[in-house]
Amino acid sequence: MSTVFTPPADADGADPYAGTRETTEGTVYTVTGQDWEALTQALGEAAEERIVVNMGPQHPSTHGVLRLILELDGETVTECRLGIGYLHTGIEKNIEFRTWTQGVTFVTRMDYLAPLHNETVYCLGVERLLGITEQVPERASVIRVMLMELNRISSHLVALATGALELGALSPMIFGLRERETVLDVLELITGLRMNHSFIRPGGLAQDLPNGAIEQVRELLKLLPKRLQNTKDLLVGNDIWMRRTSGVSYLDLTGCMALGVIGPILRATGLPHDLRKFAPYCGYEGYEFDVMTETTCDAYGRFLIRINEMGESLKIIEQCLDKLSPGPVMVADKKIAWPAQLALGSDGLGNSPDHIRHIMGQSMEALIHHFKLVTEGFRVPAGQVYSAIESPRGELGAHIVSDGGTRPYRVHFRDPSFTNLQSAPAMAEGGMIADVVATISSIDPVMGGVDR
Amino acid sequence: MTEIDRNLPENRRLVLPPDVPPGEGRVETVEVRHGLFGAHGSGDTSGYGGLVRPVQLPGAAARPYGGWFDEVADRLERAMPDFGEAVETVVVDRGEITFHVRREHLHPTMQALRDDPSLRFEMCLGVSGVHYPHEDGRELHAVYPLLSITHQRRIRVEVTCPDADPHIPSVVSVYPTNDWHERETWDFFGIVFDGHPALTRIEMPDDWPGHPQRKDYPLGGIPVEYKGAQVAPPDERRSYS
Repeated sequence: MSTVFTPPADADGADPYAGTRETTEGTVYTVTGQDWEALTQALGEAAEERIVVNMGPQHPSTHGVLRLILELDGETVTECRLGIGYLHTGIEKNIEFRTWTQGVTFVTRMDYLAPLHNETVYCLGVERLLGITEQVPERASVIRVMLMELNRISSHLVALATGALELGALSPMIFGLRERETVLDVLELITGLRMNHSFIRPGGLAQDLPNGAIEQVRELLKLLPKRLQNTKDLLVGNDIWMRRTSGVSYLDLTGCMALGVIGPILRATGLPHDLRKFAPYCGYEGYEFDVMTETTCDAYGRFLIRINEMGESLKIIEQCLDKLSPGPVMVADKKIAWPAQLALGSDGLGNSPDHIRHIMGQSMEALIHHFKLVTEGFRVPAGQVYSAIESPRGELGAHIVSDGGTRPYRVHFRDPSFTNLQSAPAMAEGGMIADVVATISSIDPVMGGVDR
Repeated sequence: MTEIDRNLPENRRLVLPPDVPPGEGRVETVEVRHGLFGAHGSGDTSGYGGLVRPVQLPGAAARPYGGWFDEVADRLERAMPDFGEAVETVVVDRGEITFHVRREHLHPTMQALRDDPSLRFEMCLGVSGVHYPHEDGRELHAVYPLLSITHQRRIRVEVTCPDADPHIPSVVSVYPTNDWHERETWDFFGIVFDGHPALTRIEMPDDWPGHPQRKDYPLGGIPVEYKGAQVAPPDERRSYS
C-alpha cells in the first residue's frame, strides 16, 4: 500500500478538510482527496454503505452547471435532488429595461443550443400583441422555419454527441460535433453568427438571405443524410449503447403528464404530441413531415426520436427551399419595421451605405424616423399573450405582458429544459448511479434555458 | 391522475381560437403615469411633464365570449357549484381567454379544470408572476397557462394577491409540474404558495435578500465607458412612460 495522503492539520491537530461531525442522524464523515482508506478502516465492518454524493455543478456530464445531490446505497440511487440557479443571469429582468426589439438579443441567450427558437417564440408573442401576425411576409415565415429546423438539427446533434460522450462513446461525439459545425457554418453565413443570432425580429427578419445561402443549404442537404447515417450506424442497435440506454430512466405517459414533460421524452411514450402539428405556427401546416414516436419510454427511445427527427427536419428544410419566393422579409408597417439595413462592404457586414446616405444627406424625416425607432422603439398595445412553439426539447412558451409602452412589462419563458429537469428524480431514483448520467443526457437540459 | 388516449388521431390540432373582437373597449386601468423623458409635473417648459397616460389592460368580457370559449365557461360553471363566487372576471383578448379566479377558490378550480372529462386540461405550463405595484390590493398576479391535449384548447387562469398578504394556495397537488415553477415565482416575486411541499429559493442563492423580479427591486448596474463616452446603466437611461 502506498502512503496515505494526509492533508495539513490545524493547530489542534484536526484535519481542516475532512472531518467527522455528529448530527441528529448519526456521524457524518466528510471525505476529500485520497483519505478513503483511513475512512473505511474507521467505519469498520458494520458501516452502512449510505453516502451522499455531490455531482456537479462542475461535473462535465451535468451539461453545464447542474448540481445533483445523490443519496446512494451502494451503487443504487435512493434519492436524487437537483440544485440549479448557477447560470441565472436575470435575462427576464433585463428585458424590462430594453426596447421590444432589443429583447430579442436577450432571449436568444436563454437556451443557447436553440437560439432561433427562443427568438421566434418571443417575436411571435410580440407580433400577436401588436396584432400583426397576419402581416408577417411569407418569405420571412419560410426562412424562420428553415432556420429553426437547421437549429433543431444542430441542437439534436449536440444532445447525441454529448450524450454519447458521457456514456463513453467517443466516435459519435466527434461525428456529432463535426456535423453540427457544418450546420453552424450555414447559420453563420445567413445570420452572421454561430449562436445568439438576434436575426429574427418582431415583424420579420433582420435581413434577407445573403447570396449563396440557398446553394449552401442545398449542399448541406446533400451532405447531412450520409453523415447522419454514419452516426446512426454507430449507435442504433449497438450492443453497448443498448445496454447503457435501453430500459434506463423510464418515464411513462402518466409521469410525463403529471410532471408537465413535453418533447422527445413525451413522444418516447407513444403520444404523437408535437406543437408543429398540434398548434401550427409560421405556416408549419403547409409542410409534409411525420411526428416521430417510440413506445419504450426510456433513454434509447428518446435517442431514436432525436435521430429520426433530424431526418424529418431535413425534409422540412428541403420544402422550405421550394417554397422560398422573392419578397420582403419585414412587415410593411414603417412604424414597426426596423429602418436600418445591412450591407456587405469591403471590411465585412455593416450599415448599408445607401441607407446612411439617405438619412444623413437626403431626408430629414427619414433620419428622425430612424432615430425614434432605434432609440425609443415602437409601442405595443397593453395586454398579455402566451405563445408557444416546439423547441428541440419540448414546448417553449413565452408569457409576454405589455403595459402599452416601448418596453416589455414582463417576459417569462416557460423553458422546456426547466420543466423536464424536474423529472430527473423520477427517472433516476432506484436505478444505478452510472445510469444517472444516461438520465440527464436523455433529458438533454440546457442550463442557460433552465436558469435564464 | 389524468388518463389520455394515446391513440388520438394523428391529425388532431389545437382548435383555433374564435375571431373575437377585443373586449368592446372595456379596459381595466392598473396605473396612471405622468410625464415623459423623466420630466414630471410643473417646472418643465417642454410640455412633456404634463402628459398623462393611463395603463389600461383589457377588461372583463361579456357573454357570449365566442366559439369554444363559451363551452369551456359553461362546463366549468357546471363542474363548480360556486362558479360565480370563484371566478371574478373573464377576459377575452387577442384570441386568448383568461379566467380571473379568487385565490381561495384556486385549488378546486384547477381540480375541476384537470379532472372534469369535458374540460380535461391535463397540462399546466407553469406559473408566471407579474407585479403591478399600483394596483391596490392586487399587486401580485400569478398566471397559469393550461393546455388540454384531449380537447385541443389553451386557456389561462390568473390569480391575484395583495402585497401585504402575499399568499396563494399551491396547486402542486393537482399539477406536480408546478413544483419548480412555484418555487421560481416565490423566488422572484415573493408570492408564498401555501401548501407547497418545500418552498425554497431556486434560482437565487438561499440567503439572497429580496425578490428580484418585483418592480420595486432595482436592476442595478454601473456606467460603462465606450469610445470616450459614459453610457449610463440601463435603469438610468431615458425611458418613455
